[in-house]
Amino acid sequence: MQLTLNDEQRILAGTATSFAKGSGGVARMRALRDGGGKQAYDKNVLAQMADLGFTSIAFEERDGGLGLGLASLVIVTEALGRVLAPEPLIPSLALAAQAVALGGSDALRARVLGPALAGTSVLALAQSERGSRYDLSAVALKAERSQDGFVLGGDKIHVWGGFGADGYIVSARTSGKPREPKGITLFYVPADAPGVSAVAEVRVDAQNAASVRFANVAVQAADMIGAEGEGLPILERATERATVALCGEMLGGMSEAFERTVTYLKERKQFGVLIGTFQALKHRAAKLYVEIELARSAVMAAARALDEQTEDASALVSLAKARVSDAYCLVANEAVQMHGGIGMTDEHEIGFFMKRARAAELTFGDSAYHRDRYAKLQGY
Amino acid sequence: MSDLESFRAEVRTFLEKETPGAIRGASFSSDQAYWGGRKAELPHPESKRYCEIMASRGYTAPTWPKEYGGGGLSAAEAKVLDQELARLKLPIPLTGFGLAMIGPTLLQFGTEAQKQEHIPKIVRGEIRWCQGYSEPGAGSDLAAVATSARIEGEELVLNGQKIWTSYGDKSDWMFALVRTDANVKKQQGITFVLFDMAQPGVEVRPIRLISGASPFCETFLTDARAKQSNIIAGMGNGWTVAKALLGHERNMIGSVFGSGGSRTSANAAKTNRNPLVDLAREHVGDEAGRIADPVVRDRVTQIGMDHRAFMLTIQRNADNLKAGHKPGPESSIFKIYGTELNQRREELMLSIRGPRALGWEGTDNGPFAPEDLAQTRTWLRSRGNTIEGGTSEVQLNIIAKRVLDLPD
Repeated sequence: MQLTLNDEQRILAGTATSFAKGSGGVARMRALRDGGGKQAYDKNVLAQMADLGFTSIAFEERDGGLGLGLASLVIVTEALGRVLAPEPLIPSLALAAQAVALGGSDALRARVLGPALAGTSVLALAQSERGSRYDLSAVALKAERSQDGFVLGGDKIHVWGGFGADGYIVSARTSGKPREPKGITLFYVPADAPGVSAVAEVRVDAQNAASVRFANVAVQAADMIGAEGEGLPILERATERATVALCGEMLGGMSEAFERTVTYLKERKQFGVLIGTFQALKHRAAKLYVEIELARSAVMAAARALDEQTEDASALVSLAKARVSDAYCLVANEAVQMHGGIGMTDEHEIGFFMKRARAAELTFGDSAYHRDRYAKLQGY
Repeated sequence: MSDLESFRAEVRTFLEKETPGAIRGASFSSDQAYWGGRKAELPHPESKRYCEIMASRGYTAPTWPKEYGGGGLSAAEAKVLDQELARLKLPIPLTGFGLAMIGPTLLQFGTEAQKQEHIPKIVRGEIRWCQGYSEPGAGSDLAAVATSARIEGEELVLNGQKIWTSYGDKSDWMFALVRTDANVKKQQGITFVLFDMAQPGVEVRPIRLISGASPFCETFLTDARAKQSNIIAGMGNGWTVAKALLGHERNMIGSVFGSGGSRTSANAAKTNRNPLVDLAREHVGDEAGRIADPVVRDRVTQIGMDHRAFMLTIQRNADNLKAGHKPGPESSIFKIYGTELNQRREELMLSIRGPRALGWEGTDNGPFAPEDLAQTRTWLRSRGNTIEGGTSEVQLNIIAKRVLDLPD
């Protein structure tokens, strides 16, 4: 495993950075939040990302992907994280579509992944339920056998990117009880299937999410992903990949919040001097720098470990998510504190990073969850 | 056969034929290594002979130039040598501040005559060196050194006091910062000079530390004499030399905590096993395969994960250098993070041992096991990690200034 960027990745970083800057920055995210639309992102921008190949990076060539892996995808999510781009690149492509790529039949992959990678169709993973927190096996939504397939009944919440999505990947219980690993089955359900209804969730970070009800939704057996009752490993693998993509976004967000804060320390005067001359603030800034450097190493390692399928890949995913969760929250808290009163206003953008830091922290498991997972994976 | 493989074959034959069999399997830890010098202590009866055999090929300083007694090896060849040493379970033949600090500094700043005089003796382990930097009034503010140096003929006459001289009582020569001009900006009046400590004007007294050990000394200089020919980089240029040497020192301290820069730690960096897990299982028990106390388990995990992220950062730095990129600012974090991590680890180990960590002295069958007693001492010793070689606060200042470019 080499923890460096190759030439191709350096070029990609440049492309992604200029795209993020040119896309309207954080102001665009604010405009979408304030625009009154529940979609909260811009489908045209998603299509532009697809044109640049961002949507295809981590898919294999057989699915129309570029086969560049997560090591490259995190470069893109990092650049987008710097401007808090709200497009559902992670929930649609790194999570939901990955579940299809990992477990779907040839026919289903051909039908679903093409439009998703083209950015014309948005997918969302309908997984969380009330009380499930981060437990992927806490699935109660029922799928019962019918003549030519299954009938789904139950509610999903916190479906990231799920409002206005074109299709859902739904985890359902075909046997057993919630929190049992066996008996979970994944299905592809088009959003316009009879009985599917989505209500937008209004979130602190203004990202798109939905509560989705499945009321006697008929699903064909051909739309099952993976084998019946064997959905959990697919869920876990897709979630790991999305977690790493999210870590990239969080690395970008914390880097941006940090750099903006350091700049502010060099501009803001109090007591007749720049506040960046105060040692109390210098030391805190230097400590944040240390945390960000360690987070970057962990994210790069996790992405490469999943790409190379190393033995400790899962542990490295938890290492990365635990680190970026703590680091992003710390950096964002400190960023608001060091900005002082202006940092508490909605008018200033620094507060957006604090909101996104918390939302991202509580997605796919916070640091306490991932420490526990890491310990389990290490056998204690 | 590639050049590297023929080199490997040659090294293997040399090591198998020439090195004393008895020393194979001896410890790799730096405390128990051979430091050489006139008053050399032998961690193993064969240590001195083994060092001399290795030095005959320059293998005590594998990458230093041959003309000064070094091995003249490339980085790749030095790695092969490391691997072959490990294969035969041979310890590092020689360690010390000559190899780690003054040697690299002389190679960078010394005149031809200075290199010819001093470096071969370092390579052969004949002279043990110590560092005369800090003074009672010059700690973090190192440029405030006040030890005076007055020119008298071919010599400098030194008066003052040095402190925290690591292993000063066991050393033969000192490299020191002295004040040759008190009327200029403090950094400009400093001179870097070498002198033999075996003379009447040099008195060394060990300092007893909170851990009970005395690795550091006070050194009193009363009309001590240094040859002007042993001034490095000229009068008044000592601060530049001092800063370069501090870089070597920080690399060395960082490597103690596994920065991968040293030969001993290369293997440690590769193992991801968390030794605290076994300790916790032993002391707080195990329930269904988990450390029984969930709080201890979480703290052990946190330290293990922090350690892993630190190792990955060291690897990233090394990979970047290998790929030909300039050393990134990430290296500036090694000293502060490595030392603070080590302190947290030591404190957690105290917590895990519980009351057994209270011991100061004891007999074999007493309430404190030898490893409990050792733990008390290593914990106390670790408190110095964030003070020596530039305090954590100084490291943060450096990051704020050089990396973040924050104003003075």
